[in-house]
Amino acid sequence: MTTPSFTLLGLPILSVLIFSPLVAAAGALLIGSERLLRVWALVCTTVVAALSLPLWCRFNPETADFQFREQVAWIPFLKIDYALGVDGISLLLVLLTTLILPLCVLASWTYIKTRIKEFFICLLVMESAMIGVFCARDAILFFVFWEAMLIPMAVLIGVWGGPRRLYASLKFFIYTMAGSVFLLVALIALRLKTGSFDLGSMVGQQFSPVFQFWVFAAFFLSFAIKVPMFPFHTWLPAAHVEAPTAGSVILASVLLKMGTYGFLRFCLPITPHATLTLAPWMLALSVIGILYGGLTALAQNDLKKLVAYSSVGHMGFATLGIFSLNTQGVEGAVLVMINHGVTTGALFICVGVLYERLHTRELSAVAGVGRVMPVFTGFLGVFCLSSLAFPGTNSFIGEFLVLAGSFAHSKLVTICVVPGVVLAAAYMLRVLQRVAFGGTQNPVHEGLRDLGWREVITLTPLLVAVLWIGLHPQPVVGVLHATVRNLLLQVGPLLP
Amino acid sequence: MTSPFFMAFLPELVLLTGGLALFFVTLGEGLARRARWIATATALVALAAAVAGLGQKAVLFSGAYRVDLFSQVLKVVLTAGFTAVLGLSARLPDIRQRIQPEYFLFLTLSVTGLVLLVSCVDVVALVIALELSSFPLYLMVPMRREREGQRSQMESAVKYIMFGVAANGVMLFGLSYLFGLTGTTSLPVMAAQLGPIVQSPLVVLGLALSFCGLYYKLAIFPFHFWTPDVYQGASNETAGLIATLPKIGAVAVLVRLVSLATPQHGTIALLLSCLAVGSMLFGNLLALGQTDFKRLLGFSGVAHAGYAVVGFVALSGAGFAAAMYYMTGYVLMVLACFVVISRVSRDGMNVAVADLAGLHRRSPLLAATLIVGVFGLAGIPPFVGFFGKLSLLTAALAGGHLVLVVITMINAAIAVYYYLRVVREAVFGDPVADAPVLALDLSTRVLCVVLIVAIVALGVAPGLMMDTLSQALTAINLPLAAS
Repeated sequence: MTTPSFTLLGLPILSVLIFSPLVAAAGALLIGSERLLRVWALVCTTVVAALSLPLWCRFNPETADFQFREQVAWIPFLKIDYALGVDGISLLLVLLTTLILPLCVLASWTYIKTRIKEFFICLLVMESAMIGVFCARDAILFFVFWEAMLIPMAVLIGVWGGPRRLYASLKFFIYTMAGSVFLLVALIALRLKTGSFDLGSMVGQQFSPVFQFWVFAAFFLSFAIKVPMFPFHTWLPAAHVEAPTAGSVILASVLLKMGTYGFLRFCLPITPHATLTLAPWMLALSVIGILYGGLTALAQNDLKKLVAYSSVGHMGFATLGIFSLNTQGVEGAVLVMINHGVTTGALFICVGVLYERLHTRELSAVAGVGRVMPVFTGFLGVFCLSSLAFPGTNSFIGEFLVLAGSFAHSKLVTICVVPGVVLAAAYMLRVLQRVAFGGTQNPVHEGLRDLGWREVITLTPLLVAVLWIGLHPQPVVGVLHATVRNLLLQVGPLLP
Repeated sequence: MTSPFFMAFLPELVLLTGGLALFFVTLGEGLARRARWIATATALVALAAAVAGLGQKAVLFSGAYRVDLFSQVLKVVLTAGFTAVLGLSARLPDIRQRIQPEYFLFLTLSVTGLVLLVSCVDVVALVIALELSSFPLYLMVPMRREREGQRSQMESAVKYIMFGVAANGVMLFGLSYLFGLTGTTSLPVMAAQLGPIVQSPLVVLGLALSFCGLYYKLAIFPFHFWTPDVYQGASNETAGLIATLPKIGAVAVLVRLVSLATPQHGTIALLLSCLAVGSMLFGNLLALGQTDFKRLLGFSGVAHAGYAVVGFVALSGAGFAAAMYYMTGYVLMVLACFVVISRVSRDGMNVAVADLAGLHRRSPLLAATLIVGVFGLAGIPPFVGFFGKLSLLTAALAGGHLVLVVITMINAAIAVYYYLRVVREAVFGDPVADAPVLALDLSTRVLCVVLIVAIVALGVAPGLMMDTLSQALTAINLPLAAS
């Protein structure tokens, strides 16, 4: 059963979503005025966000098939197709991407002061590539989008970043590139086994266990670096700390998701045997990541570094859920991915707000701003609670599902993770306590402006998302059911 | 002389006429501008002739010269590259005004040799065309202005000649074996006769030795020693020529010679694998430490030649097509880098990687050209370098050479580092205080835009080129029906 594809003005919607930011970037080349550029970027990203909403409305959650499909032969010589389509998982991630981008533009409104045109062009090109990654149904198309993100992201960090931006940018680039070279070899090997680069045709093949092992190893290297899983996480704090606010938000909200998305899209369905064999190792790495990320975050004084290490922990929950290999675990993992995108994105915007005012991110220097910035502290409080998975916020649902899933899979693993949950509470409450009630009468803070209307507009959608998913997660979980069930069926016959 | 002959031989005739006209110009004094004008006109007309002659099929000169789709596609590439090199040489700050006409004469003659080379199917004609393409280059290297009393251009030229002559000698020696075994100099006849005895050690030896002259042109390890020195010692524009067009010719001839061996030929495949691995590792590791941009490109060129050889290892049509496609892309990307070198260079001096600092402020278009070229060389999609590598790897993996493919990818990862160093200077660095803003003339701007568009277009839509190449390769050593 296939859903009739949905078009906008006769154009297929996924292609429109992928290429309209690119067209907007080309349009930005022609604009001279800085103010106009900001408005243009905001309007274009908002339009793309609006265009993505019909996906949500027209998506049929009853089926696990890929919807809104497009397929055109692209490079017949190598049997590469331009094939697009979304299922429940990619739908949510596409929406996350399109909805977060206007907020990135808003968050950079006054933060970026130099070379504004290049900045927004990078941002828009990134958007194209990110949407492309989540929609691609052809391995090489996926890889092209995957790699196409590298250049604009490295430029975002390297040009508009902090003092050690060059180091961070190169580290990011080389790490990701080193991971993806083996991804390409694995994809070519799969193409030679199956006869095409179509992702659908790679699923359900009975590859030999040894072949699966090596393909899984190549996938793992590439995706684990992107997630990042312990011990491949060292590029992340550097990149996060140096990146401008919008860069950090994109990195946290969308880029990290590509790693876990890769696990779901490639490892589970294409190499089920290797996935099952190696799942204990993945779970172990996830647990280490959760504990390590939590402990390191607890020791940080730089707010951005703190949030960055908390990301390592949160993404550990996502991989934990994925490799629990049951419905609750995988659905929880996808929810954690979305929630982490919302919450951590919001936290990075909050840190950016502070940095713009105080030009520091040291916890000791921002202690006590709650006294002069009550509205800001209100927002920060909700996002901190969400980050520690407080009941009623979005993260609670996700982490609860993941823990339920992992409990069903292995009690030992779940028990090991519990300290991680406590750690998350510890480091986030520490932030909240210091910022809101620091108790200091820091004279620098006198005359600090509270949030302006632009910043309130930036943060409000995220706040709404936190509470909406937290209190009424059913619509989001609903689009996942069929997809996740199908995904696990593909691993299924082998499941214990 | 019939009209089919004219049409089939038109690009060569145009180039030869241009060469002759340039020869007369060199007899006068102070005619540098006129020489450039004639060379440019020759290039454009030759390009038009090559495009017009795309569909031609003919066997000329008693079977020694074969005009088919394979040769005609390459002639288009070569004449287009010739035009680009002339655009690159719009100013020749490092060549004395008095000898510039000679410079253009040798340039045209060298390209003529290459255009002849891709059509030669007789080993004697092939060697002569190879020499015709090489000797003008030997003379162009020492034409650079004397600096600092080091006479480094002379050193480069001597190295280039000595290596070239030695490699050609070895090649002739190898060809003499093949001739001795088959009693013919015609490649198609030779292919047919070698078929049954292709596994014999003498054939392997003959083939392996014959390849040497081409390895030298391609700068394959261990025949690459001239490369960095010649790139550094020759003027920027000459290095831009040496780095690009001869490699197309060399790959074309290598295709013709390697296809003498059958796909089952393990020894030749092993030999090629070793050379590919050696080139990639050696080139990439040495490029890591270079500070001079041209030397860096030289060593990276050694590595890229290694990548191209990966395509040959499979000994299949897909592999050969991938190698040709890769080399075409490589030529575009290296030309993009050399446009930047030639325009950034002060008074024709060599350009260090550090001299590129803050290029984006000095000239955004040059910076964009450099980024596209360098990321293309690094193999990042959507540029031509990525799809080139993809098709090379697919062909090699289809031939079962997994280890070679993995080594290639490791090398691609190593290479990213030094390409990023270049980008880091150009995009993230700040210009030194006295670096002037670079004003580009119209022809440079057109050249930059054309190169960027070509690198992206060949990357995004490689279908046409790949299909044409593989179609051209299917019949490469078969007798031509219509003649």
